Amino acid sequence: MLNSVKGMMLTLASTFTGLRKPVTRQYPTVPTPVQPRFMGFPALTWDDGVGEPYCTGCMVCIRNCPTQCMSASMMDNPLNEEGKSSRRKIVDYFEINLNRCILCGICVEVCNFDAIVMSHEHEMSTYQRNGDRVDLPALLDIGKKYQVNTAWIPPTVLAKAKKEAEDAAKAAAAAEASSGETAAAGQEAT
Amino acid sequence: MLLNMGPQHPSTHGVFRMVLWVDGEKIVDVEPHIGYLHRGSEKLCEGEQYHQVITLFDRLDYVANFNNELVYCQAVEKLMGLDVPERAEYIRVILCELNRIASHLLYVGTIGLDAGAMTPTMFAFRGRERIQALFEAVSGARMMHNYFRIGGVKEDLPGNFEQMMGELLPLLREDVEESDRILTFNEIFLSRLKDVGTISAEDAVDFGFTGPCLRGCGIEYDVRRAQPYSIYDRFDFDIPVGLDGDCWDRHWVRVQEMYESLKIVDQALEQMPAGEVVSSLGRRLIRPPAGEVYVRAENPRGEIGVHLISNGTDRPYRLKIRPPSFCNLSAIKHLLRNSWIADSVVILGSLDIVLGEVDR
Ligand code: SF4
Ligand code: SF4
Repeated sequence: MLNSVKGMMLTLASTFTGLRKPVTRQYPTVPTPVQPRFMGFPALTWDDGVGEPYCTGCMVCIRNCPTQCMSASMMDNPLNEEGKSSRRKIVDYFEINLNRCILCGICVEVCNFDAIVMSHEHEMSTYQRNGDRVDLPALLDIGKKYQVNTAWIPPTVLAKAKKEAEDAAKAAAAAEASSGETAAAGQEAT
Repeated sequence: MLLNMGPQHPSTHGVFRMVLWVDGEKIVDVEPHIGYLHRGSEKLCEGEQYHQVITLFDRLDYVANFNNELVYCQAVEKLMGLDVPERAEYIRVILCELNRIASHLLYVGTIGLDAGAMTPTMFAFRGRERIQALFEAVSGARMMHNYFRIGGVKEDLPGNFEQMMGELLPLLREDVEESDRILTFNEIFLSRLKDVGTISAEDAVDFGFTGPCLRGCGIEYDVRRAQPYSIYDRFDFDIPVGLDGDCWDRHWVRVQEMYESLKIVDQALEQMPAGEVVSSLGRRLIRPPAGEVYVRAENPRGEIGVHLISNGTDRPYRLKIRPPSFCNLSAIKHLLRNSWIADSVVILGSLDIVLGEVDR
């Protein structure tokens, strides 16, 4: 009996002292922001400098996908023949069955051409069974949206910049060390 | 009378069916039926390359994804003799312990529901939600992370990780304390759980109990201490044990474990070094030498074991998983016989099964 009263007091105390802000999010009506690393559906990126997709249709991602939900084919790049692009091959046809995709991000990891990203798109329910089999233009659209929203920089460019910065820092440190040595040697000589 | 419970029953924690033979309010016999969530994970593993198998392990015990990924990665690393960078080990431990808390919070919420208390569920899920937001920031996904890699982790922690942890930990400690305070010693809760579903230590060992269910019977066995893997030998933590192996003891052990996990996270954050997060070997195509290993680890639900046989190709030859939930569930007949119908839900809840792991 005494314990029940105690329990009741605890409840009351929580009710009054605990007038905290609600943590519930009104999700479908109010969109919830996602974290920068969020992995939504995969999408293809667009190279603005040349005006073509980054993807060369090399099929590496397709061979590495655990659910085999993608397919693609490549063709000779017409822009390369005109000398406008450095890509000799370009994607001709690309399809991802997003209903099968498990959003694992392996395709992004294995792609060597910065061509595929995990976009922030995650609301793609449809009423058709095959409604989420998306083709190249649709994937590029999602990708473009992602690129604009997140000010996307190709990861290889980032990695290169980082490496250069590190090398420069190392070189600077080495130069400092050697100059310090020469200075010390100079002092000894005098 | 024959009473069918499940597979679509809210208290069976997934798709699990029990056929109960009852005499009045007493359960005479019970027949558990599993397999509604069978996806053939073990067979699927044989068709996937080593780095793709991680995605399948995410989906085994879907409330403790990081712990599952860890045990698989460790199995392959042991087979290849791969060294994991220090920083990656610390990242793994921090995430695994947070995941243990998230899993136990989910348990606290559901056992509250099973015993008829609604409020703890809300509080526990608030805490779990905070952890999942952190997971999303680190790995990009709330549940199916695919973040651990053979030989390390996918990428380094985000830049604001320290700050996020600084905000998360005090709130989390509050959440754990609060769900503990309002539930554990509550009068009604005590009378629903105390001396219900009691199992003796010998029986528990015979049934192959592990994890909190075994420790609830008073046996101090934790793989993290009995056979330290990863870097668990560097941390100072206690192993809570219960007294008489009833539902309440199992509950108490889990609640105390959350405090211990918080301790481990604090220590790991303090000791975490800088450096590489994935060994250079792990980035290449993974092709372990022929051979077999057995690796075990402490999941929130008990001891998970992975028996991996490789024949030298890029896919596992055979992968056998020893799921803790399955072994704990095997005692359901023993526990439910001669108990009341109303208690069956609580007993099942206190075993804390996850059907993704039972059925595989
Ligand atoms: S997305 Fe990348 S890996 Fe996939 S086909 Fe295109 S270039 Fe190759
Ligand atoms: S995210 Fe995973 S499942 Fe989806 S397309 Fe990429 S590799 Fe395939």
